[in-house]
Amino acid sequence: MNWPAKDEGIVLTEAQKRARRSRSIAIALSLAALVVLFYVITLVKGPIVLVRPL
Amino acid sequence: MSLISEVADLRSRLAAGSPFALAEPSPATAGDYVALMKPRVMSLVVFTALTGLAVAPGHLHAAVGFTALLCIAVGAGAAGALNMWYDADIDAMMTRTARRPVPMGRIQPGEALAFGLTLAVFAVVVLGLLVDALAAALLAFTIFFYVVIYTVGLKRSTPQNIVIGGVAGAFPPMIGWTAVTGSLSLEPVLLFLIIFMWTPPHFWALALYRTEDYARAGIPMLPVVAGDRSTRRHIMLYTLILVPLGVAPWLAGFAGVLYGGIALVTGAIMLTLAWQVLNERHPAERASRNLFAFSILYLFLLFATLLVERGWGGLITRLTERV
Repeated sequence: MNWPAKDEGIVLTEAQKRARRSRSIAIALSLAALVVLFYVITLVKGPIVLVRPL
Repeated sequence: MSLISEVADLRSRLAAGSPFALAEPSPATAGDYVALMKPRVMSLVVFTALTGLAVAPGHLHAAVGFTALLCIAVGAGAAGALNMWYDADIDAMMTRTARRPVPMGRIQPGEALAFGLTLAVFAVVVLGLLVDALAAALLAFTIFFYVVIYTVGLKRSTPQNIVIGGVAGAFPPMIGWTAVTGSLSLEPVLLFLIIFMWTPPHFWALALYRTEDYARAGIPMLPVVAGDRSTRRHIMLYTLILVPLGVAPWLAGFAGVLYGGIALVTGAIMLTLAWQVLNERHPAERASRNLFAFSILYLFLLFATLLVERGWGGLITRLTERV
């Protein structure tokens, strides 16, 4: 099968790579902070965290 | 169609500049997304919400209070992102806003829209689940008001845009208060009214020396539509209503002597500056710039004094308590 050569796709410039890396780090940090936040709130509120009066 | 021919087709469309071509890899950094959330506006929103949260009676665990402020900040950021998505065309025409991420092409409009909607849903749902349902409802309404009522409905259609749109900026202390108490009362409504009446003189002072910018973008700000003299009279009128409102928390017994003194002194300065704006002749703009700059300090001092006087002790107690 005649697959396209690997280097013929979109090639990121150095600036685009840096930008993507900064976005990835920001997303990772945000997700980690959310995990910590939900963990702490669950500890603080206990089982009632999921009890919501309608 | 085989995979190879699909790839070839995609490349040919890309080379031809087809509207269905692949998007360019995004040049946006994390900093661009932070800029999209209007961090300076966010900081003012967080500060006024913190004041509402701190002066409210009742108890709130530090972690829950932090979550409330985080959600309010993210909600404000979402509203800012959605505003920049919708206003990208006029932002590009104004000196003050031309370097924002969307008009600069660093973030695509669709990316700004998706980012704003995601943050808005996140902020409201988390505030509702972890803190308080009424506070979440108020936050949802605030985002809706800022984006749909102000940005889409009012900003390009009426010179009263920032008067009515000021509702959105006035809500954060009420949300902070509600996060603690789960209800509303006179005190947060007074804080709401102070910010609501502060907004028109603040933005009209800016618009007086940015009139050409607004006119070029086709935004019917008061100086563009009604003229310089009328705007200066409106600034004076709204400042005359604002200053007694600024003193009202003290008169209502909701704030102490320190607050009353600061509200009186800073209110007198606001009136003096508004008077200077009223008597300034176009195209002179020093008085307008002075009023714009001092109005920020005025609001900050009122809320900071309230925070120190009423909220600080209570806040520290609250932060060390367990639910």
